[in-house]
Amino acid sequence: MPGVVIVGACQAGAQTAVSLRELGYEGTVTLVGAEPSSPYARPPLSKAYLAGAATAESLSLRNASFYEAQRIDLVLGDRVVDVDLDGGCATTDSGRRLPFDRLALTTGARVMRLPVPGADLDGVLYLRDLADADRLAALLPAARSVVVVGGGFIGLEAAAVCRAKGKDVTVVEMLPRLVARAVAPEVSAFYQQAHERRGTRVCLGRTVTEIVGQEGVSGVRLDDGSELPADLVLVGIGVRPRVELAEQMGLELRQGAVVVDQCARTSDPRVVAAGDCTLLPHPLDPGVMVRLESVQNAVDQAKAAAASLLGLEQPYCSVPWFWSDQDDLKLQIAGLSTGYEEVVVRGEPDSERFSALYYRAGRLIAIDCVNRTADYLFVRRLLGAGGTLPADLVSDADVPLKSLVDV
Amino acid sequence: MARIVFVDPKGVSHEVQGAIGATVMDTAVKNGVPGIVAECGGFLSCASCHVYVDDAWIDRVGRPEDADDPTEAEILDDAMAECQPGSRLSCQVVITEELDGLLVRVSPEQF
Repeated sequence: MPGVVIVGACQAGAQTAVSLRELGYEGTVTLVGAEPSSPYARPPLSKAYLAGAATAESLSLRNASFYEAQRIDLVLGDRVVDVDLDGGCATTDSGRRLPFDRLALTTGARVMRLPVPGADLDGVLYLRDLADADRLAALLPAARSVVVVGGGFIGLEAAAVCRAKGKDVTVVEMLPRLVARAVAPEVSAFYQQAHERRGTRVCLGRTVTEIVGQEGVSGVRLDDGSELPADLVLVGIGVRPRVELAEQMGLELRQGAVVVDQCARTSDPRVVAAGDCTLLPHPLDPGVMVRLESVQNAVDQAKAAAASLLGLEQPYCSVPWFWSDQDDLKLQIAGLSTGYEEVVVRGEPDSERFSALYYRAGRLIAIDCVNRTADYLFVRRLLGAGGTLPADLVSDADVPLKSLVDV
Repeated sequence: MARIVFVDPKGVSHEVQGAIGATVMDTAVKNGVPGIVAECGGFLSCASCHVYVDDAWIDRVGRPEDADDPTEAEILDDAMAECQPGSRLSCQVVITEELDGLLVRVSPEQF
């Protein structure tokens, strides 16, 4: 039997392979990845790894002996470039032919490049994979000033590490507030102030028009004509799903991503997809389609994908959650706040310990917690149980949330 | 390397070698010890690596309330599985030579 080929040796890919074995699958499992390293955790790249508190070894998700014992064949440093669905064969860059009867796409996403003159100068860096992080780590010690383009989570995490290393750091964000896509204005304002308190400059509502430099970067020109000095430019302006193979196979795509159902099934019954490359039903509100870029989503969706590969139905309906560490600010998010109508702040943001609770139609849909883990844990469980909290009672930070409702 | 023994929720023992300086959670996950889910990867955002440290070892391992950061104690307090005197998040237990032979039981519910 030809078995399962998993395209993308990442968090979602590795989980799909592991879950296939946990579900008792005995056939061949081949996990193919373009990167040379065995599957590793990406989130620490902009946090602990950059700070020097983690190593490539510690980021790796599983030991070689584990894959061997589980009979998961790793094909690394080789990219699948062609899939013949009817013939059941995936072909790699190096010409390897991998037969399959079922296919999983965990192709992830690629960073968006900065579309301005000078963007290819030495010293303009991105942060997506281990090689990017190693390049940054090698250049960072000699750099004095760092400009971070993009005030999203990755940019802010990296900015915090650079600032903690004593660099002169400026964050440039095109929108009028930080992390605008993911959090309420109150939380954006908090992050701006928190980074400014730590000595980082935040430049909002500005776009980069040019990267200035001769051989290497020397500065960043903004749309108001001003120039920021920079030895390093770190770009974190978002990602786009990798969908070339899905496109080639004729799978349904929407918003540039592979459309899947709650069981991670694509429009073709032979193919499942999981992780950053997918557009999926909101796990708690399946009528709404969402894209989720997180470890939790990669893992939970991969479990559903593995089940579907075996003809089982195990819909993914767990509470989405995220985290972001910036200096000593620990942000934990449960639920999805998209489409919220009301936000209630609990605690004093200036104390760097507070939560923001998001409501729609009078029901709690999400929470952002800064250094308030107990709030986060409780709400994550509450949302999973379909519960809510009265909006008029949650603002008193001295009253534990769990005392407000029975779960 | 140090020898770590995990007793999974089914009562099965798994003996693995952990690198000095790695965490107990990391060692479990990399070797596929059942029951250690470690959803957040060791960033104190969940209780999915909850273990019970054997009585004989808890003094050497230390207790969550010994940490400067109160987060681990908060998480354990809220965990689905019962918090016991030996409860630890294994992502917060760093392996030292002194912990060679460490015995932990994996908590039955990981949240």
